[in-house]
Amino acid sequence: MNSENQAVEERTWSKPKLIDSAFLRWTITFLVIIYIIFAVRSFEINVDRIIRGLDRAWEMLYAFLQPDFLARQSHIFQGVLESITMTVVATSLGILFAIPVTLGAAKNISPLPVYYFCRGILVVFRSLHVVILAILFVIMFGFGPFAGVLTMIINSIGFIGKLLSEDIENISDETLEAIRATGASWPQLIIYGVWPQVSSRFIGLSIYRADMTFRQSTVIGLVGAGGIGAVLDTAMGRYDFNTAAAILIVIIILVLIGEYVSSAIRRRLT
Amino acid sequence: MPWKNTDNKSEWVFRSREESLKRFLLFLAGLTVFLIASKFISDATMWPFVLDAPTQAMDFVTRMFPPDLAYTNRILPALWDTINLAVFGTVLAAVISVPIAVMAAQNTTPHRIVRGIALTIIVTSRSVNSLIWALIIVQVVGPGLFAGMLAIAVRGVGMISKLFYETIEEIDQEPIEAIKATGASKAQVFLYGYIPQLMPSFVGVSVYRWEINIRESTIIGIVGGGGIGFLLNSAINRLRWDQAIMVLITILITVFIAEWVSAKAREAVA
Amino acid sequence: MLEIIDLVKKYDSGPLALDGVNLKIEAGDIIALIGPSGAGKSTLVRCINRLVEPTSGKIMLNGVDISSLNKKELREARKNIGMIFQEYALVERLSVMENVLSGRLASVSFWQSLRRNFPQKYISEALSLLDRVGLGDYVDTRADQLSGGQRQRVGIARALLQKPDLLLLDEPTASLDPKTARQIMRLVVDLVQEKNISAIINIHEVKLAELFTKRIVGLREGRIVYDEEAAKLDTDALTLIYGEEDWESERPAEDESE
Repeated sequence: MNSENQAVEERTWSKPKLIDSAFLRWTITFLVIIYIIFAVRSFEINVDRIIRGLDRAWEMLYAFLQPDFLARQSHIFQGVLESITMTVVATSLGILFAIPVTLGAAKNISPLPVYYFCRGILVVFRSLHVVILAILFVIMFGFGPFAGVLTMIINSIGFIGKLLSEDIENISDETLEAIRATGASWPQLIIYGVWPQVSSRFIGLSIYRADMTFRQSTVIGLVGAGGIGAVLDTAMGRYDFNTAAAILIVIIILVLIGEYVSSAIRRRLT
Repeated sequence: MPWKNTDNKSEWVFRSREESLKRFLLFLAGLTVFLIASKFISDATMWPFVLDAPTQAMDFVTRMFPPDLAYTNRILPALWDTINLAVFGTVLAAVISVPIAVMAAQNTTPHRIVRGIALTIIVTSRSVNSLIWALIIVQVVGPGLFAGMLAIAVRGVGMISKLFYETIEEIDQEPIEAIKATGASKAQVFLYGYIPQLMPSFVGVSVYRWEINIRESTIIGIVGGGGIGFLLNSAINRLRWDQAIMVLITILITVFIAEWVSAKAREAVA
Repeated sequence: MLEIIDLVKKYDSGPLALDGVNLKIEAGDIIALIGPSGAGKSTLVRCINRLVEPTSGKIMLNGVDISSLNKKELREARKNIGMIFQEYALVERLSVMENVLSGRLASVSFWQSLRRNFPQKYISEALSLLDRVGLGDYVDTRADQLSGGQRQRVGIARALLQKPDLLLLDEPTASLDPKTARQIMRLVVDLVQEKNISAIINIHEVKLAELFTKRIVGLREGRIVYDEEAAKLDTDALTLIYGEEDWESERPAEDESE
């Protein structure tokens, strides 16, 4: 070994820490531990109740192994049909109403006051969870699919509007300038400058949205807004787990079919 | 090419005649389906209630004001619970998702049958809404935060595992070969080859799911899952709209903050 | 030290990738493996450390038949075989040092590797290797921040940290620009000679093979068709390996047409 190698032997290495300052590192660790201690206490796990519940868990598991599709056959059928029709209506109208809001919410093709107005609508629509919306609409319009359809129309507008208006804003200014320069009117600008650039995305989003709407239609029934969820709620309320199992299986299969069809169509389009 | 031939003169048209006819028939079919679905919804709707909606809406909007500011001292503890619900539900889901994703990814699964089981778990978890999961779990462990947390976790497993196993399948195999070639054990290959490649996606997906879980946990109380949704439900049932609006505003603010935090965190790990 | 006897590899689909390869290498030998794309060069190199499982034949390394080892024995054997890859095969999100140290994973326990707690001996070696390949200032840089040439230097350091008897190089320069390619080849050959390691370099560019190695082996359709001193490589030999072509006018610019 020569002297240069000897010097090299002394060099050590350890992996640099994610956070340089040791103080900060320990403070964060400490805070996380404190949080965990306090947070866990809020759960109030009732062991006694869970042990009693385990019997029911077995009962349920047993029921799920023998789902009963027949006893409440007509209710299940009605519920599914309602979910599907709600999906059809809410998706069609949602897409239709989403178009003007989307155009308005794209900064590069709309005047500022319109832009702010439409953005505002989108923010409000998007921040309201479907279930909360469904509760409000059920109170306003009464129980049944009408409230559900309205809920999902609002949710569709928020969803399509946000994503599609961002796509429109990504269209290059040059493209739009070129069409404006030919003296095209605003509708012509939309048809020749905007639509060709976002049409495939629009169709893709619409199909994805139909899939999403169907999923929502299975759950808003729990708060009275129609669809298969209401039938499930009733079955659970009566402790009729065999029927509940059957409904769950139906939901899973339909959601899967919806997802498969939706992704198959979108793949063919792109 | 859609050229129209008349008197030996070719003329360009936008669509051929057959194409136009096909499109028209397709449109007609769609319209028919829509109208039938609308009829179905309309039959299931109690129209007097719908027409009554403006009165109802006016009624609860007037009841909302002035908001009951004092209700904050019920809301804040519930909000704390809600956030813990989302955090622990996400952590639990993320932890469970690791083995499931490893089993579900084509390149890491121990066996085809294991893969089938893992995929079934993912599909079941994903296809059923967390509210429905809560409905079932409440029957077993009793209503409360713990049930809500489990429901959030059970629903989260599907999404996190799905996105995660897709990342595993797209992993870069070369570094893994290189580490195998040094004679490293299987566990070490996992440590040096897989984990560094997967970590960013795993953290990103989990944070994204946490953001979704914040939304979900605000409503899970409606079916007995604890948290702020329980307050909303009880305020509405007691027609205390002045309290309900306070809850709604709290939910909106929470969701906005969660969205912001999630976006920042995902930016940091990308 | 390495003797390959009657090595055959057949993939599930397609014809024989290796069709009875025999090759003998003495300690300290540096050989270049050339041949057209699809000749089985990569498969041959990967069979030696069994990243690709051979179908039949023997691979004797220092008197041990690698093809017959069980998993544990194979890991032990791989410790002594370094490998350098075309696309560098670094773990992008790990630092340069972590990538280099991963060459010693087989010599440390799971917990040591988890905590990045490598023995001081390996750390010193890794640091001096990084100095030697010119990356002394990049120890804690993440691998994805490096250029192609720098990444390959990390790959070299990782392989040499293993203190291998045999070094396998699978197209080490194919993703680099001509200047960097030469620098990398020179570095590898210098290091290999300095540490008296045998090396098999699977390489695309005949010119580089001639420049940097003493012995050239030509592979065509899974068979060795040529095995001579580098100086003896002429147009006849090229025709034998690659097929008919006007080698005089084409060399050395476009010697990789298929």
